[in-house]
Amino acid sequence: MLGFRQLDQLAARGTRIHRLDARAKVLVVLVFIVTVVSFGRYELSAMVPFFLFPVAVVVLADLPAGFIARKVALVIPFAAAIGIFNPLFDREIQLYLGSFAVSGGWLSCASIVLRATLTVTAAVILVAVTGFTAVCEALERLGMPHPLAVQLLFMHRYLFVLADAAARASRARELRAFGTRGMGMGPFASMAGHLLLKSWERAERIHMAMLARGFQGTFHLQRGSGFGLPELSFLVSWTALFMILRFTNIPLSIGHAVTVFFNAGRLVP
Amino acid sequence: MSHHIVAADRLSFSYPDGTVALRSVSFCIHHGESVALIGANGAGKSTLLQQLNGCLTPSSGEVRIGDFPVTPKTLHEVRRTVGMVFQDPDDQLFMPTVFDDVAFGPLNRGVAPKDVAAQVTAALQAVGAGHLAGKPPYRLSCGEKKRVAIATVLAMDPAILVMDEPTAGLDPCSRREVIKLLKNFSHTRIITSHDLDMVAEVCDRVIVMHGGEIRADGTAEEIFADTELLAGCRLEPPFSMQACVVCGRRTAS
Amino acid sequence: MHMADALVSPAVGGVMWAVSAGAVAYSSARLRKDTDERRVPLMGVMGAFLFAAQMINFSIPGTGSSGHLGGGLLLAILLGPHAALLAITGVLIVQALFFADGGLLALGCNIFNMGVIPAFLVYPLVYKKLAGQRPAGTRLSFAVIVSAVLTLQLGPFAVVLETLFSGLSALPFTTFLLLMQPVHLAIGLVEGVVTAAIVSFVYLARPELMHAGLQPALPVAYPLRNLVVGFLCAAILTGGVVSLVASKDPDGLEWAITRVAGTAELKAPDNRLHAWLAGLQETVSFLPDYAFKHPAVVEQQAPASRAAETAGTSLAGIVGVMITLLLLMLGGALLKRVRATA
Repeated sequence: MLGFRQLDQLAARGTRIHRLDARAKVLVVLVFIVTVVSFGRYELSAMVPFFLFPVAVVVLADLPAGFIARKVALVIPFAAAIGIFNPLFDREIQLYLGSFAVSGGWLSCASIVLRATLTVTAAVILVAVTGFTAVCEALERLGMPHPLAVQLLFMHRYLFVLADAAARASRARELRAFGTRGMGMGPFASMAGHLLLKSWERAERIHMAMLARGFQGTFHLQRGSGFGLPELSFLVSWTALFMILRFTNIPLSIGHAVTVFFNAGRLVP
Repeated sequence: MSHHIVAADRLSFSYPDGTVALRSVSFCIHHGESVALIGANGAGKSTLLQQLNGCLTPSSGEVRIGDFPVTPKTLHEVRRTVGMVFQDPDDQLFMPTVFDDVAFGPLNRGVAPKDVAAQVTAALQAVGAGHLAGKPPYRLSCGEKKRVAIATVLAMDPAILVMDEPTAGLDPCSRREVIKLLKNFSHTRIITSHDLDMVAEVCDRVIVMHGGEIRADGTAEEIFADTELLAGCRLEPPFSMQACVVCGRRTAS
Repeated sequence: MHMADALVSPAVGGVMWAVSAGAVAYSSARLRKDTDERRVPLMGVMGAFLFAAQMINFSIPGTGSSGHLGGGLLLAILLGPHAALLAITGVLIVQALFFADGGLLALGCNIFNMGVIPAFLVYPLVYKKLAGQRPAGTRLSFAVIVSAVLTLQLGPFAVVLETLFSGLSALPFTTFLLLMQPVHLAIGLVEGVVTAAIVSFVYLARPELMHAGLQPALPVAYPLRNLVVGFLCAAILTGGVVSLVASKDPDGLEWAITRVAGTAELKAPDNRLHAWLAGLQETVSFLPDYAFKHPAVVEQQAPASRAAETAGTSLAGIVGVMITLLLLMLGGALLKRVRATA
């Protein structure tokens, strides 16, 4: 949860990238993710240059690289856990490294992990340079239904409050648990029930506060930023780069050039 | 002029589950008065406050704000006049940033967006929170949240300010800041509090409640001098009026 | 049972996104017409509650493992299907963005599996029928448990189907199915029991929450709803069939069985079929250059062209990757140094 807050704090900085309209950033990340995900299952080297985008944004927006890397690293075991089945079932040999045969399963497993790393990095970076509420507002201006946008904003607002309440309740129980491992289903249901009712009552009070200030059904969120030339150039240039990277394989070209140069071509059967 | 008078006439209220919260409460508060509503927990203070801006409807009797009674039809006007600050500021600050929260009222009122900024800035500066405009509420301290909550209500330019426990949970400095604020307002102020020292400083008039009824209604000096009355309502005089804990002498009164 | 980005092909992901977006739009439209404004803060706060509650783990007796609340059904019971769908969607979006739970392409699948299925399928068709008009006591608990088990069978089954149609995982259909369903039977029972306990708790404390609830009392516009549902079904069917045809293993089940049984001979497809498939793929695939490799086809080709075809995975490719990574890291460090001193 702490990482959650820190991401929001990072978003409050004022670099040029931070100041761009949120819609441009959201669109670029969407294109990025769609492009990465569109690669074939055995593609590996062609995806690597896509790291250019997160690296560039981290540098240009002055984000803490270690922090971002740590958040992303948490995801890798999960992706690996899913991909690890592939080598078991896909044993078709796809390439030889010298005399070492690599099956398609390992390739697709690595591809899955790489894919996951790239997409998660993109999402984390998006929030770090835009902020959660700005992303919601951008999405609404791009077509997300208004009730959903309001839902996200309220949820984000009260997430910390309720998470704190849940943590306090959990800790209080633990202090009286005297070492018994874990919480049983009964106590959990009771605790969740209390938390639910308190949350419900809070929602009712919020509603009264809204009525007391004249709420009549619509929210007025005024965000003045416009979609200008900086945003357009940001969007167009990155999209063009992604298209180029998608349809060429730069690492392979570099590799070919290097191996031909060092005459290592005889290793390829 | 009868505007800005807050009057209750034999007001009674029971909750849906049968609990009788208010029994035939009557009072009249005039423009500019600073009134405290004190009583033990469960005496009916918060319930009474919620009657004043229409959040709850009386089971019998009437509440009048200025010229009109509080009914579902007049809620709009009532809420324009009566600004309510809740006990828990987290319930009141529900927008993404402080600016949005303070702008919420005026925007709903129909103020043009270009005029809203000026009203927001004025309200925030009145509570000394001008530097907090861009912050999200969850990053504010307790004292800052209370002050911003007051600003959200001030931005609507109410004639009557109703506040539920304004100094609860504040550290001494923040408490002092809120007391200063309250003393400087010229609005009609109706405050509930357990902080009787704050009441002694801020309010001229005190209404004592117990068991859903009004037990006493008089000046602060009279009420706080009547120790029997206070004890009977599970209260004590303010600390500043009690005997010194070290030497036993009575200090200020 | 979050679906991961890595397992979803753009075709399947796109279709499920369309379906989920349609469902969310429909719910939003219904909620907009509803005049109960209590709902606005309530949905948000309940979404936050769900998020917070999911962070607390409880231990499951007898197994020693821990679980956490799913909550889709709980929200549907308390808020009604439309508000519940939006609340769950909100939670999933935040989880995808901040906690990398699932991913953004698979979000459509997740919203469907964990939102649409409990709110639009199980809740109206199963729970309401079982619980009746004024649910209470044992009947309520029974309805909840059965609904939860059903939700946690349909959801994982949807995950299996989505993975199968995507063709990105080499896990065979039957194996995956046998892996998912029995495990989720146990999870469903646990979820059912816990949800029933919470619902009973709420019912005892504030019965008016259960019955008044926040069901929008609007007349259903039959023709529109049927149309929307019909369209969504057609979309799923089309997307699924097309994906299957265009995917690696047109006959996934048989291929899997053959593989597992260990027969030496793989069905070698006709070259004409391959050419036709390639042609079809060109026209329907998401991006024209979407390359896939059929191992049997690959075997048929000459080694030289095979090496050429496995571009990106030869030695040259690996060398190239290393150099690219090095360049990126050096470039990044250099730029940071330059900006720091500037």
